[in-house]
Amino acid sequence: MAFPEPQPRKQELPRKLLRSLDCKQGAVRAVRFNVDGNYCLTCGSDKSLKLWSPMRGTLLKTYSGHGYEVLDADGSCDNSHLTSCGSDKTVILWDVATGQVIRKLRGHAGKVNCVRFNEEATVILSGSIDTSVRCWDTRSRQRDPIQILDEAKDGVSSLRVSEHEILTGSVDGRVRRYDLRMGQLHSDFVDSPVTCVCFSKDGQCTLSSSLDSTLRLLDKDTGELLGEYKGHKNSRYKLECCLTERDTHVVSCSEDGSVYYWDLVQGSLSLSVSVGKGVVQSLSFHPTEPRLLTASEGSIQLWGEESLVMEEEEGEGPA
Amino acid sequence: MAASDSGSEDDFVTYGTPLEPLEEDEPLKKPIRLQDQTVKDEKGRFQRFHGAFTGGFSAGYFNTAGSKEGWAPSTFVSSRHQKAEKQIFKPEDFMDEEDLGEHGIAPKEIMTTDDFSSKAKDRIEEKARALAALSAPIPGVTILEDLVAAAKISVGVQLLRKMGWKEGQGVGPRVKRKPQKQKPDTDMKFYGCPLPPESSDKSENEDDDDYAPENVTFAPKDIMPIDFTPKEGLHGLGYRGLDPKQALSGGLGRGHFNVFSVGSERASSLLGDDKHRRNRKGGVLGQAFGVGALEEEDDDIYNTDSLSRYDTTLGEEEPGDGMYGWTAPQEYTKKKKGSNKDVSYIGKILEGFTLASIPAAPKKVYHPPELPRDYRPVHYFRPVLEAGSASSQVVQVLLASGGQMNQDAQCTGRHQMNAVQRRELLGETALQGPSSVFDLLSSKDKERIKELKQAAEEKQAAAAAAAAAAGRVSAQQGLSSRFQTPAVDEALSAWQNISMESASTFKPFEKNPEKQGRYDEYITQLKQGRKDALESSMDQHMTEWERGRERDEFIRAAMLYKPNNSTLACRFTRGKHEEDADKVDVPRDQENDTDDKTAAVKMKMFGKLTRDSFEWHPDKLLCKRFNIPDPYPGSSSVGMPKVKRDKYSVFNFLTVPESTMPTAQGVKPELSVQSKPSTSENASKPSEPGRRSRWDVSAQEKEGKDPISQFLSLARNEAAAEKQGSPSTSNEPEPGQKEEPPIEEKEEESRPPMDLFKAIFACSSDDKTSSSEEDSEEEEEEQKKPEEDPGLRQTTEPPVQETLPDTIQVTQPRTEDAPSTHSLNPSQDQRHNEEEFGPRLPPSISTGQERSLSVTPGSAVHEKHKKKCKEKHKAKKEHKHKKEKKQKKKHKKHKHKGKHKKKKAEESSSSTDDSDDSDMEASLHGLSPGELLKRLKSLPPTKK
Repeated sequence: MAFPEPQPRKQELPRKLLRSLDCKQGAVRAVRFNVDGNYCLTCGSDKSLKLWSPMRGTLLKTYSGHGYEVLDADGSCDNSHLTSCGSDKTVILWDVATGQVIRKLRGHAGKVNCVRFNEEATVILSGSIDTSVRCWDTRSRQRDPIQILDEAKDGVSSLRVSEHEILTGSVDGRVRRYDLRMGQLHSDFVDSPVTCVCFSKDGQCTLSSSLDSTLRLLDKDTGELLGEYKGHKNSRYKLECCLTERDTHVVSCSEDGSVYYWDLVQGSLSLSVSVGKGVVQSLSFHPTEPRLLTASEGSIQLWGEESLVMEEEEGEGPA
Repeated sequence: MAASDSGSEDDFVTYGTPLEPLEEDEPLKKPIRLQDQTVKDEKGRFQRFHGAFTGGFSAGYFNTAGSKEGWAPSTFVSSRHQKAEKQIFKPEDFMDEEDLGEHGIAPKEIMTTDDFSSKAKDRIEEKARALAALSAPIPGVTILEDLVAAAKISVGVQLLRKMGWKEGQGVGPRVKRKPQKQKPDTDMKFYGCPLPPESSDKSENEDDDDYAPENVTFAPKDIMPIDFTPKEGLHGLGYRGLDPKQALSGGLGRGHFNVFSVGSERASSLLGDDKHRRNRKGGVLGQAFGVGALEEEDDDIYNTDSLSRYDTTLGEEEPGDGMYGWTAPQEYTKKKKGSNKDVSYIGKILEGFTLASIPAAPKKVYHPPELPRDYRPVHYFRPVLEAGSASSQVVQVLLASGGQMNQDAQCTGRHQMNAVQRRELLGETALQGPSSVFDLLSSKDKERIKELKQAAEEKQAAAAAAAAAAGRVSAQQGLSSRFQTPAVDEALSAWQNISMESASTFKPFEKNPEKQGRYDEYITQLKQGRKDALESSMDQHMTEWERGRERDEFIRAAMLYKPNNSTLACRFTRGKHEEDADKVDVPRDQENDTDDKTAAVKMKMFGKLTRDSFEWHPDKLLCKRFNIPDPYPGSSSVGMPKVKRDKYSVFNFLTVPESTMPTAQGVKPELSVQSKPSTSENASKPSEPGRRSRWDVSAQEKEGKDPISQFLSLARNEAAAEKQGSPSTSNEPEPGQKEEPPIEEKEEESRPPMDLFKAIFACSSDDKTSSSEEDSEEEEEEQKKPEEDPGLRQTTEPPVQETLPDTIQVTQPRTEDAPSTHSLNPSQDQRHNEEEFGPRLPPSISTGQERSLSVTPGSAVHEKHKKKCKEKHKAKKEHKHKKEKKQKKKHKKHKHKGKHKKKKAEESSSSTDDSDDSDMEASLHGLSPGELLKRLKSLPPTKK
C-alpha cells in the first residue's frame, strides 16, 4: 500500500555462529576488527599477530616480532599500518603489506595492556601495567613518547581514543577521560578494577566494565550513572565489553563462556550466547553491521544475524 | 589463500630502468699515469707542452715553422704579361686559427658596431676631448675632428632625428609651457659639440619679459645625466690637479694662471656654466692672434704679469667664484643659490654631492655649569692633629672650621664603631629584647663560659661557640624528650608568664586553619598557665591517633617557638618572600579520598561524588597530532599542574599527602597502595567519632617506606605509650579504640627489624597472622564490603592456606586502596612463577596445541577445585551476614531505581534485576559455572 516504511529494520543481534576459526597461535588474547570491518587481527600468546579475513576465514598474514605474548592490536585508519603491544613491554608499529616492523617503541616498564591509534594514526597510545599511558609519535623518528599520562595509580587496563579524548580504565578503579580540547582530566571512580572502557558511538557516554561483574554506562560530561548491566561473570580476568554498531545494546564477555547482550536503555539482559567452555576473553563488534567477533581460548568466532546465512555460504565456497 | 603473500611480488609496478647491479668483484680502475696524460687540440692532434718560457704548446709541424712537406719560402715572380698582384698582408694572415680563437691573441668576438653603439655614453669622452681641445696648441683644432666625427651618428640618434628630435633637446613628448631659452650660444667656443642644457638660472632672468603664446609646445629639457666617475688617486674629493698643458696654454691668455680658479672656471664652462662666459670678452683670445683693429683693449698684448692680478690681502677678495679655492664644479651651488636653499652652508659642494634637503639635527651643546661667584679654584688642606697633642682650643677651632680630627682611637672610622655607636649616630631607637647573646644564656652557662675564656679578645668567639654548643645540646634534648611530660611542662613554664600582647606571630599550621585555631587556643591556655592546655584544646571528634599526633606537634611547635626564643625572634623580621630552595614539585590536585567515593558507588550515586575534574595540560605536539588547538597556549607545563611543597618540613609530611608515585613492576603493589592521601584525616572529619584511622591498622607495613614515615610511626608509638601512661587524658576514647593501641604496641615492640623487612617484602603470610587478630574489629567494615570482594580474593587463595579457617579473611584491611585488594596474591605468583598485577588474562587452555609459558595444564581443573573451596569458606564466613546483606542490597537497589530516570519499565527491570541479583548471589554462593550457565540460558526467552 501507500504506507511508508514503518520502521527501520529491526535490530538483530548477532546470534548465529557464522564461522569459527582456530587461530593456532595459542590463546587469543585479543581480536579486533579493522577500521571498515573487513579484516580482523588476532593477538596470540605465541608472540604472533595475525591478520584474517573473517568472512572468508582465511589467514592473510602473520606478523612476528614480539618477544612475548601479544596483548592488544589496532589498525590505522587507512589500513596501512598496524600497531600491537605485548608482555615484552614494547609497542610495535607494523607495515601491513610487507609485515615489517616499522618501529619498535620501548619505554614502558611493564607489560603493555592496550594500544590504540588516534583517529588519524599519527599517534599511538599505549597503556601499561606500569600505570602510564604513553603517546608515541608515528610521524617522527623520536624515540621518546610525546607525553606520558601517569595519573593512574595502578595499571592501565584499557584505552580508547576519540577525536579529542583519551579514555583510560585503570585497575585503581577509575575511568579517566583526558579531554585534549578542554585541557581537562575527568576521573570517575567506580571502586572496582576497570577491565575495559569504551565510548558510545554518539560520543556521549562511556561504558566501563569492572571486576565486580558490572558494566556501567556513565554520562561522559557529568559522570552520572545512566545504566548498570549485570548478570555476567567477570571477577578475575580482564574481559572486554563493547556497544553494538547502533548503540542499541551493550555486549560483554563473561567468564562462564558466554557473551551477554543487554538492552542499553532498559538495562535488561536480552540475549546470552554461549561461545564455548572457556572464558570469552575478547570481543570486537563490527563497525557498521551486526557482526561480532569473539575470542575464546585458541579460537575466534564470527557471529552474525540470522538472515546473513546465504551470502556467507557463497563466500565460503571459494574459501 | 588467494591473497597470500607469495604471489604478491609480481604485481608491483616499476618505473624507469634499473641500475646495473654493482659487482663488488670488479677491480678498481687504475689511475692514469703521468705519461699517459696527454693534451690534444680540437682536431685530435697531440700537443706537447714545452713549458711556460719556451713557447707553450708546440706550433707548426713538430716544432718547426713549416708543414709536413717542409718549409717553402714564397717566391716573387712578376713578368710583363703576368703582373704580380700587389699583396697586402694583414696581421690575420700570419695567424692561425688558435690565435683567432677565444684564447688567442686576436680573438674574434661579436660586438656592436659603431653605427649602433649609443652615443650618450661617450659624453664624458667628449668632455675630455673638449678639454684636450682647449689645451691644444691651436685651441680650435678639435673642431675639425668633431665635424668629421659628426658624420658618424649612431643609429639611435638617427632614429631620434627622424622622429623630430634635435640635439640639445630632451627626449619625450612636447610640453606646453613657457619657452625655454635654448638659443645657441653665440659666444660658444665649441661648435658642433652638443652642449648641456641651460640651467634654470639663466631662464629665470628672462622669464618676465617673455610671453607664452598658446598652441605652442616646446621640447622638454634635455637631461644631463650625472656621471658617476669613480674617484681615482689619493687626492681629496673634488681636487682636479694641475694639468701642465692647461697651465701653459690656457693660462697664457690672461697672463696669469690660477691653479684653482682658472681650471675650475674652464671646467665649469665646459659643464655648462656660462655666467663667467658672459663676463668674458667675446671672440677668440690668444696671443697668436694679436690685437685686432677693432678691439679696444690693447694693454696686455705683451703679456706683462702685473701685480694687480695677485691678491694682496688674505681672504678679502675671493678670486673668481668666491669659493676660496674649492675646485668642485659650481653647477650645484649655483642652482642652490638661486633657490636660496643653502643658507646654512656657504662652502662649495663637491661634485657628485648634493645638499641634504633635510638638515641634520643640530648637535646640542651643553655648557659647563656656571661656577659660583665666590668659588676659589684652590683647595686648602686642613691640618690633622693628634688628639693628645693638640690643645682643646685648637681642636675646637678645627672642628668649627670643618676639619678632621682623630678624636679617639676606636672612633676613627665607621667600621671601627660598634653597633650601638652607629645606632646613636643614626638616631635609631634601641631594639627590644636582649642586647647580647649572653642574655639568652642561663647563668650556669655564663659561668662556664667565664671559666672557659682565656683572653679578652677571645671572649666573643668563645661565647658564640659555647652558645652554639649549648643550643645544640638543648635541641638534642628537646628532640629526644619532646614527647615526654617534661616537655609539656617545659612548654608550660616557658609560655606561662608571657603577656598576651607579645603573642607569637608564628603560625606553624597556617595551611590548616582549624588546626591553627586549635594551636592558638593551646598557646593561650599555656599562657594562662593551665595544665590541661593540651588536652582541652584538642578536637574531641578526632580519632585517638590523630589527637595523639596533633598533641606531639603542638608541643613540639610550642617548644620550638617558645617565648624564650621569641625574645630572640623579635630581633628578626619575617621574610617577605618565601624561598623555595628546597621544595619539591607535587601535583596540585590529587584524587581525594576514596572512602567517600566507595560509599557513593555503593549507593550508586554517580556524578559529582565520584567525579574529580582537574586541569590537565596536553603536550603541544600531541595537540598538533590530534589536530586540536592547544587549550593552554601560554603554558609550558605538561600534564597535571604542579605546586611546590616543602621538601624537608616535618609538618609537610604530616599534613600533606605523600606523593603517590606509581610503583615499578618489581615492587609489590601493596606498598604502593599505602600512599594514601591523608588530607582528609587532618581535616578532621567530625562525622564519625569512632572511626578508625587507617594509620592505626597496618603500621608495620608502612614503616618500611622511607625513613621519615618510619620515624613518624616510631614517634607515634612513643606518644601512644606515653598517652597510655599519662592519666591526664581528658577525653574518653571509645571502647573500641581503647583496645587498639596496646595491640599495636605489642606488635610493634615485639617485632625485630627483620620481621619488619618481611612485612614489606613478603607480605602475604605474615600479614595474615597479624591481621587475623584484627578480624574481630573488622567485622563491621567487612559488612560494608561489596560481596564480590571475598570471592575475588578467595579465588586466588592457595589451597594450603585454606585449611586454616581464619586465613580466609581479608589479608589487608578494607581501608586500603582498590589495587591492593585486587592485586594478585603472592601465592599465585609462586605457583606461576611470574608476577601479575591487576586483572589477569584468562588461561589459554584446551585444544592440545602448544601453549604459552603462563599456562599450567591443569588449570581448569584447578579452578574448579578452588571454586569449591571458596564456596565452603564463604558459607562459613558469610552465613552471618547473608540475610541482612541481602536485605540491604535490595533496599539499595530500589532506592537507586527510584532515582533513575532512564529506566522506563520499572516492573520488568526490577524483576530482571531481582533475578540478576539472585543469579549474582547464586554465583557467589557457589553455583557451579555449568549451573549458572543453565540458569542464564533459561533467562533470555522470558525477557524477550
